[in-house]
Amino acid sequence: MTDASLTPATTATGTRSHTRDIGLKARYAAERRFRAYGLAAVALGLFFLFLLLGSVIAQGYTAFWQTSIQLDIEFDEEVIDPDGNRDSDRMVLLTANYPLLAQRALHEKLGVDPDDRAARRDANSLLSQGVRTQLRDIVVSDPSIIGTTRTVWVLAHGDIDSAAKGQFDLTVEESRRRVNDRQLGYMQTLEEAGVMEGRFNTGLFTFGASSRPETAGMGVAIIGSFYMMAIVLVLALPIGVAASIYLEEFAPKNRLTDIIEVNINNLAAVPSIVYGLLGLAVFINFAGLPRSAAVVGGLVLTLMTLPTIIIATRAALKAVPPSIRAAALGVGASKMQMVFHHVLPLAAPGILTGTIIGLATALGETAPLLLIGMVAFVADYPATPFDPSTALPVQIYMWSGQAERAFVERTSGAIIILLLFLAVMNITAIILRRRFERRW
Amino acid sequence: MKSLKVALAAALCATALTTAAHARDQVSVAGSSTVLPYATIVAENFGETFPDFPTPIVESGGSSGGLKEFCRGVGTEFIDIANASRAIRDSEVASCAEAGVTEIQEIRIGYDGIVFASDINGPDFALEPIHMYQALAAQIVVDGELVDNPNETWADVNPDFPDWEIAAYIPGEKHGTREVFEEKVLLVGCEAAGDLQARMDAGMDEDTAEENCYAVRKDGKSVDIDGDYTETLARIDANKEGMGVFGLAFYENNTDKLKVATMSGVTPTTESIAAGEYPVSRPLFFYVKKAHLGVIPGLKEYVEFFISDAMTGPDSPLAEYGLVAAPDEEREATRASFAAGETL
Repeated sequence: MTDASLTPATTATGTRSHTRDIGLKARYAAERRFRAYGLAAVALGLFFLFLLLGSVIAQGYTAFWQTSIQLDIEFDEEVIDPDGNRDSDRMVLLTANYPLLAQRALHEKLGVDPDDRAARRDANSLLSQGVRTQLRDIVVSDPSIIGTTRTVWVLAHGDIDSAAKGQFDLTVEESRRRVNDRQLGYMQTLEEAGVMEGRFNTGLFTFGASSRPETAGMGVAIIGSFYMMAIVLVLALPIGVAASIYLEEFAPKNRLTDIIEVNINNLAAVPSIVYGLLGLAVFINFAGLPRSAAVVGGLVLTLMTLPTIIIATRAALKAVPPSIRAAALGVGASKMQMVFHHVLPLAAPGILTGTIIGLATALGETAPLLLIGMVAFVADYPATPFDPSTALPVQIYMWSGQAERAFVERTSGAIIILLLFLAVMNITAIILRRRFERRW
Repeated sequence: MKSLKVALAAALCATALTTAAHARDQVSVAGSSTVLPYATIVAENFGETFPDFPTPIVESGGSSGGLKEFCRGVGTEFIDIANASRAIRDSEVASCAEAGVTEIQEIRIGYDGIVFASDINGPDFALEPIHMYQALAAQIVVDGELVDNPNETWADVNPDFPDWEIAAYIPGEKHGTREVFEEKVLLVGCEAAGDLQARMDAGMDEDTAEENCYAVRKDGKSVDIDGDYTETLARIDANKEGMGVFGLAFYENNTDKLKVATMSGVTPTTESIAAGEYPVSRPLFFYVKKAHLGVIPGLKEYVEFFISDAMTGPDSPLAEYGLVAAPDEEREATRASFAAGETL
């Protein structure tokens, strides 16, 4: 019966295929068009990616160099400790007039007439005000240096740095410029003498926040972000995995679990500022945790990341074939042994990938931190997560609002650093997936 | 294994409890983004000058946001100082009092000029408040009738101005600067044009008429900038025929990109503002919780350091950044008032 009905049909199509128009040409054309659209979409995406990266890198790569001046500084006891009581009073070394030491050395190098006040002032403003702490730290760490002369690289002022990098328009009239002609002359003298050059800007990674661009760095922000990521990882991963294992493997499928599932999916889409409001109300106002502290930021970001981790984990658990579960149960494993010995290890790569992507999102988040006081000027390193700190994206936001020209490149420099962190995390996620993922 | 878990949980609870009661040992400041750069300079110098105290934390968030945070209550979990680019409002004092913040010390740190600037390659502008009013008000009086602002270009406002389409970037509502701009420019211009009187003659009471005077047009010719001055600068970079409102300090850091307009014939400089010649300036403030003095280490020292001549005097780092120092007597009076513990 089936044979009889099939044979005539196949022969019919076989003979008619040469003559009947089945729109082959149009279908090929449609496919070509579709491929072209897809290619155009990818190209557009790439174009904007390169535009973003290009503009950030073009503007920010200079931030990794900082103009510095090499000075032979005489640590004159007359200036640092004129009364000779540094052993009894530690404040002497902390409050000495260190800038004077650097200014003297610079005047000598430039041959500035000590009686010419205007020239002296112009020369002094080549130096960063950060020399005070720089020289103080040198002396405090080794007081025996007093009375000797050392060669020290000191930071140049932010305006000088910008001028050296060509970020000021030097063709406008002198009075409208941040750097005057005499200072440009001094810069040239120093450059020709080989004592002024752009050096790698380690300060960008180690300094805390500062109102002076040359001594502003991401140190506090990096530590703050690190604390927050550690807290998110420690809290969100176990809670998220436990919740998903229960929901996926143990929970009965009923109205209640459906509601929970809908809520989790909803929470993943809630704007992050809402979590900031929640954090302010619960962790700061109710629980009394300190403002601006990384611990509160970490808790808020944990709440924000949890839904993402739960969704990713549930998807990873679902992807483990039922035959694995049936086999485990079949050889006598308990349900818990089945989950922990077989399902969880197989789902681990997916869980880790989801977690890392969740962490990367949390790392780039600023809005919830605004309300818990982490968008702030924090100069001191946080010793514990309970001390005030900032975060990487916050530092970018704070710098972007600064008036000084030198902060423009630092903003982009900070973006490059943040992008590098994100790239490392995302690449780790891909490597983990490639390495450990099992296909069935 | 079980006992280990219990011990771990107990340790966690204990740390959580001890840290909850953990007192703050650094000054915490929040508020105006105009005052922020000044406050950070002081905070940084404070940290360097007083090695025994940690550097104060300075949050941004606008005058209103800072004062709201300030008025939450007394205690180490609340901030000590609110920076503001305007004076505290009566409603804010009332909401402070409700939360138990009754003793507030007002500190005036100096003056800030508000300047109008356009692209450096553009023509000179000699503005009067009346020009800004006629260019930006939502409604103006034409031939005795209140009509929607018909001016399209600056030349419509004053034939001496270039034939640029009006595009002004003014601070958004959350900025304290906006209030000053409304009162010292739009309202003054409205009065100068006789429009305030015309509105009152038309039956509005004085308050409504004033509010009506500084309602800005919503047809896209006046753009509210809710971000910082860097955003305003970016807008002027993009639209070379735009006019932006900046703080004097920001302008002075960008004199190679911006050309400042004179207002009522006076060029804004620290000198002309200190002398009271330049009309659009305003005092900057911060507010201190008296109850926190002596509780938060370094708070008293920070305030005293802030109002010392070394920080806010005529040759101080703040003056160098663009703050207009208050006259000698006023600074002396501020110091005396803080020392005497005078509250609002």
